[in-house]
Amino acid sequence: MRERVVTLGSLLAVGAALAALPFALSDYNLGLAAQVGIFFVAVLGLNILTGYTGQISIGHGAFMAIGGYTTAILSRDHHTNLLLTMVAAFALCFLLGLLVGLPALRLSGVYLALATFAFAVSVPQLPLKWSRFLGGRDGVQTSQTVSHPWLYGVAWTASALLFLLAWLVLRGRVGRAFRAVRDSEIAAVASGIELPVYKTLAFGISAAYAGVAGSLFVLATNGYAQPSEFGVALSLQLLVGAAVAGLGSLWGTLAGAAFVGLLPNVSSSVPVIGSEHGQDVVFGAAVVLVMLLLPDGVAGALARLRRLA
Amino acid sequence: MTALERSSPPPGLPRRGAALGRVVPPVGVLLVAAAAGLLVGSLRSAVFAQLTVQGLALGAVYGSLALALVLVYRATGVINFAQGELAMATTYVAYQLIQWGLTYWQAFFATLAAAFVLGMVLEMALVRPVQHRSTIAAVIVTVGLFVLTDGVVTWIWGGAFKYMPSPFGTAIYHVGGVAIARLYLGMLAVVLVSVLLVWALFQFTKLGLGMRAAALRPAEAALVGVRVDWMLAIGWGLAAVLGAVAGLMAEPSQYVLEPTLMQPILVYAFAAAVLGGLESPAGAVVGGLALGVSLNLIVQYVPEVTSELQLPFAFAVLLAVLLLKPAGLFGRSAARRV
Amino acid sequence: MSPLLELEGVEARYGPVQALHGISLSVEEGSIVAVLGPNGAGKTTTLRAISGTVRRSGRIVLAGRPLERLGPDRVARLGVAHVPEGRGTFSELTVWENLRLGAYTRRGSLAPELERVFSYFPWLRERRRQEAGTLSGGEQQMLALARAFVQRPRLLLLDEPSLGLAPLLVAELFRIVRELNEQEGLTVLVVEQNAHLALQAAHAGYVLEAGRVSLSGPSAQLRANDAVRRSYLGY
Repeated sequence: MRERVVTLGSLLAVGAALAALPFALSDYNLGLAAQVGIFFVAVLGLNILTGYTGQISIGHGAFMAIGGYTTAILSRDHHTNLLLTMVAAFALCFLLGLLVGLPALRLSGVYLALATFAFAVSVPQLPLKWSRFLGGRDGVQTSQTVSHPWLYGVAWTASALLFLLAWLVLRGRVGRAFRAVRDSEIAAVASGIELPVYKTLAFGISAAYAGVAGSLFVLATNGYAQPSEFGVALSLQLLVGAAVAGLGSLWGTLAGAAFVGLLPNVSSSVPVIGSEHGQDVVFGAAVVLVMLLLPDGVAGALARLRRLA
Repeated sequence: MTALERSSPPPGLPRRGAALGRVVPPVGVLLVAAAAGLLVGSLRSAVFAQLTVQGLALGAVYGSLALALVLVYRATGVINFAQGELAMATTYVAYQLIQWGLTYWQAFFATLAAAFVLGMVLEMALVRPVQHRSTIAAVIVTVGLFVLTDGVVTWIWGGAFKYMPSPFGTAIYHVGGVAIARLYLGMLAVVLVSVLLVWALFQFTKLGLGMRAAALRPAEAALVGVRVDWMLAIGWGLAAVLGAVAGLMAEPSQYVLEPTLMQPILVYAFAAAVLGGLESPAGAVVGGLALGVSLNLIVQYVPEVTSELQLPFAFAVLLAVLLLKPAGLFGRSAARRV
Repeated sequence: MSPLLELEGVEARYGPVQALHGISLSVEEGSIVAVLGPNGAGKTTTLRAISGTVRRSGRIVLAGRPLERLGPDRVARLGVAHVPEGRGTFSELTVWENLRLGAYTRRGSLAPELERVFSYFPWLRERRRQEAGTLSGGEQQMLALARAFVQRPRLLLLDEPSLGLAPLLVAELFRIVRELNEQEGLTVLVVEQNAHLALQAAHAGYVLEAGRVSLSGPSAQLRANDAVRRSYLGY
């Protein structure tokens, strides 16, 4: 996140709004707001990968799955404190992300997109195979469930912390290296940046974020970690969220998270098309339209507006 | 070739694609060996033979969708993540036509026509605006299309299972102790005929030549009078037709029609396309057949790999090819684009 | 007789950079006209303006038909064959397919056309099934010329045909161009760095500098011109 973009004003405004929301929203809507928070974390992470180092991943749903299952299994088997499981998810997914980032080094553009897509489709199959440990089709459930206010609070606190972390990471040398990689890999190598290190690091970080989001996601669905929750659609949603968000803007990331967190739920109330079945139509159409009209996402649009002003 | 000998496209017009796929001799040897192996195995075991036939039939479906992906990629440089969903949607169209009274084969051809039009319209409306932008924009648009198509289908027809009459009946032929379902022969035949027709179009007709030229070098093609825009749209139309064939042939093998019909098949198609080399049409088809047969045989003969692991297996194949031989078995260009 | 091709005040730009600042020229039917000038003068851009592969404004008229709003495929169909810098051959296709593409805009049988092509380029006959990319640079240039000829154009635009070719081949190429011009009445507009060759083959010429026409006239006149001699002919 560029320092210019994240003004103190914006932060305070968002912070104040977030603090006020629990008092203004119904329990159901608070749950929705929590979901936006969950997607915020995931989109933030994915943006680091896609936006900053230019590696397209349609597989981060798999990392959410891994994070979610980590929480569920630790809770089910060891009754671990839920917050601790989230830390565990973060760590585990970071390591796995680094591992995945290694072969990803040799792929680029559509090939990486293809590989990560296949990854996203395959990972949810694994619980079906090893059903004793991973719960099979019915999944794994945590030993305790949480309320919407709890979820809201934790999701947005995590968002704030991880946003801060991202900001710290990206303003320093790492961030500069990331940006250099995105703008021109050749130039980056020429200026001595070790591509493999930074590209793999980006994968690790984004996976870790997705893992935390996955933990929260499982908690948001009554503590169930099931293969059906983590299908390809989730990875697609994340990518869409990152694309809508655009790069380097707090508001953009919020917009992206809101887009994928709220739109599918809210679109069922759109007249005529809206219905339990119609919401995908609205969402899909919205995605297509947004990409056609705002190719650089909300962040890009905001930047353009700012230039005009 | 030196820079002098390669044409420089005028600014603003993209240069697309690379070499046509060609069978590299070592690959040819590999294929012949594989075919021989299959033949021997089939002669020795009836189960093996049945699995091979079924594998080829399913593989033909994967290959058809893979070919659609390759066509689109060569023409417009875009991987259409929605290709499977579009195939599924056109299958639903066929279903509806049959509900309205058409015979299976009437519905079949009508659906192919509809698919062609749909493909063209999509290229003009969605792909053209984003073609020249970043890869990610194009990917997202097709992802949006994926979701949109899913939504439209469930909105119109709901998510419950639907039943379509099988075009080939349930007849089973017995050849020397081996039971071969007419269904599988039919699937193979339809797909191969479709693929051959498309191939003939590209190889022997002026239109096909124009399309190839437009895909290879759009700027130079325009200079000889090729309407590049139309060629790309027709490419998408043909891809949609191949996808429709894949969907229509996939449905009977799954016995029911439902919205997730083509999702696993899309993954297999990706794996097949990559295996064959993303720019090689022949490779896509051969890759599909190879994958279909391998999946079947491996699930049967390797105890650790059960049917739930088919998708991860396909992923493993995809990854292995991309890492070890990115150009695929038949391709020439490198996967790494800097 | 009004000229086959007329340009008036043609401007062209590549993004923010303007390459042509008002070019005016005319080409008589059945003549060969050379376009000379230093690198970056806008010679190639002029050809691109005519064939429609760059955004341009101004008047461009081919036998009475305005071209300035048309895209390259329309211009090609109106009878303009543009052999771009770097040949524009399809390396991945065979020689035969490249020639076939030349006839893309034409109906009817290709056979009589091909016979005529082979009479000018006899060696192409045996190489029909060869992939164009495996030909040498000079052969590819000949192929490009042959393909343009198959188009039966009213106007042939040749961009730097001698680039990267051995002198013998270049001489051969220009010999064929002259033959095509004399025997078939082909009108040619050729951009060339090799001013000497170009002026030898051409009937008239234009010298471009920084996107404008600085000199023009019959080729004999240009060859005698001091400035031209010093800058482009080397003596």
